[in-house]
Amino acid sequence: MRTINMKLIRLFLAILAVSAVPTLASAQQMESHIGKVTGHSESGKQLFYRYCWGCHGFRGDGNGENWLPTASFAYEPYLNIQPRNFIAGTFKCRSTPTGTLPTDQDLYNSLVRGLNNSNMPSWITLTAQNRADLIAFIKTFSARWKNDKPADPIQVPPESKLTIESIKQGQELFQKLECWKCHGQEGYGDGPSASTLTDSNDQPIRPYNFASGSRFKCGVTNQDLYKIFMTGLDGTPMPSFADVIKPDDAWDLVHFLRTLQVTQKSPELTLWGSTKEGAAQIASRKISGTPTGSGIKQ
Amino acid sequence: MRTKLGYAAGMAVLAASTIAFGGPSGGSISGKVTYEGTPARQKPIDMSKEPSCAQQHPTPITTETVVVGPGNTLQNVVVYISAGAPDESSAPAQAVTITQKGCQYLPHLVPMVVNQELKVVNADQTSHNIHPLAKINHEWNKSQPPGTPPFSEKFDKPEFIPVKCNVHPWMHSTFAVLKTSHYAVTAETGAFTLPNLSPGKYTVTAWHESYGEQTQDVTISGNETKTVNFVFKAKPY
Repeated sequence: MRTINMKLIRLFLAILAVSAVPTLASAQQMESHIGKVTGHSESGKQLFYRYCWGCHGFRGDGNGENWLPTASFAYEPYLNIQPRNFIAGTFKCRSTPTGTLPTDQDLYNSLVRGLNNSNMPSWITLTAQNRADLIAFIKTFSARWKNDKPADPIQVPPESKLTIESIKQGQELFQKLECWKCHGQEGYGDGPSASTLTDSNDQPIRPYNFASGSRFKCGVTNQDLYKIFMTGLDGTPMPSFADVIKPDDAWDLVHFLRTLQVTQKSPELTLWGSTKEGAAQIASRKISGTPTGSGIKQ
Repeated sequence: MRTKLGYAAGMAVLAASTIAFGGPSGGSISGKVTYEGTPARQKPIDMSKEPSCAQQHPTPITTETVVVGPGNTLQNVVVYISAGAPDESSAPAQAVTITQKGCQYLPHLVPMVVNQELKVVNADQTSHNIHPLAKINHEWNKSQPPGTPPFSEKFDKPEFIPVKCNVHPWMHSTFAVLKTSHYAVTAETGAFTLPNLSPGKYTVTAWHESYGEQTQDVTISGNETKTVNFVFKAKPY
C-alpha cells in the first residue's frame, strides 16, 4: 500500500513539475552557440527537468532533493558537494577572467567532462544538440546572462619548451606564489591553510591533491592547467593569478605542477625523474593505494 | 493629448525635485550609535601559522566582528542616506584603498560609491588572496603575492560584500558599496555626521556587520542639523 502511495506521489510530482515548468522558466529564452550547433532553451528545458533537476533543483538553485537533507536522508544529504547554483551565475571552469561569465563552450566542456571529485557525471551520452540545448536553458536561470556578456577568454600562448630548467623555475614560482599554503609542499593538498578552506556557500572544500592520481576539475591538458590558475575557480578559494604571473612563467609552473602528479605518466614527470634530485623526490612520494583514491597512504 | 499632459506633469515633478535638491545644502544629520546588552567577546587571533604577520603584533590582535568604545558606543557602523538623496551620477574621482598589513584588513570596513575605484594593496611579506563574496555584483578572487603592485577593481551595484582571504581564514572585511556619497563610518566614539544635505525627507540607515541594519526617517528644513541616534541590541553569541 505504502509503495503504491509513494509511486502515486512521485507520478503526481512529475506531472506537477512538467506542467509548472513553463510558468517558471519561460520568462526568457536563450540560445547557446557551440561551434556550428545552436542550442535552444525551450528544448533544453525538457532535458533539464528530466536529467538535471534532481541535483540542481527545480529552480536551478542547486537545492535538488539529492542535496537537501530530506526525510529519507534526515541526517546526511545524498551529495557531499552542493550542486552548482545556476541563479548565482558563478562558475568554476572558465576560459574567461575571474568575476566574468564563462563562454558557452566552457559550460559545454563541463557537461562533456563532468566534474571530477564531485557527483557531476559526464553527459557524453547525450547528443551534441542535447547538450547545447541544456546550456541554453541553464542560462535562463540567472539574469547575468541577459545583462552581461562573457568576457574575452584569456589568451593561452604556445607552450614553452619543456626543460629541467623550466621545471626548476616552476618550483621556485610554486614557493614564491605560496601555492603550498593550501596545496602543500609536496602537492598533497595538505598545506597549513587547507583545513580551513570553505567555498562561497560556506561548505568545506579541499584543495586539489596532485599526488592522488585524479584528474583536474576543469580539464586534463596542459592548456587546461594553465587556464585553471590564470582564471581561478570562481566560487572556491582558488584565486586568479592572471595579474601576477607572466605567460612564460606560467608554463614553467605548469611543467612543475605535472611533476607533482607522481602517479600520472607525463613527459614532465619522465624528464624530472631523469635528474638525481627529481628521481629522489618522486621515489619519496610513491603512494600505495588504488587509482580511485581510496586507501591512499601518504 | 492625455499623454502630452501626463508628460508635462512628469516634467513638472522632475523640475520641482531638481529645484528641491538644487537648493541650499547646509543641513546635516548627526548622532551617535550605541548598543544595549552584552556584545560578544572578541577572541584573540592565533597567527602562528604566519610568522611574518605574527611578528607584527607583539600582543595578539582580536577578531573585529563587534568593536565597541567607552559608554556603550559602537564602532564600524556605516551610516548612510538610503533614500531621499539622488543617486550619484558619477563616482568620486578619488580611489578608496584597502591595505593588507599584518594579516589584517585596514580599514576593517571599506565604504565606497558604486563604480568608485577600489585600490587593493598588499603590504605584507606573504601572499594574500582577495575574495569578495559578492551575490549581486560579480564574485571574483585574485591572488596578490608579496611585492606585487596594487590593483584596482570596482563594483557596479550597491551591496554589502563580505570579503575574505582564503589563505588566512581570520581575515574578514566588508566592502560597503553605496548609491550615495552621503555616508559615514563610526569611530570609537560612535559619532557620525552626514553634512551637506539640502532640505527634504531622508531615510537614514545604519548598518553593522553583526547586528544588521536599522533605518529612521528624518526631515530637514533650511540649514538645520537634526540629531538621529541608533541603538543596536547586542547579543553575547
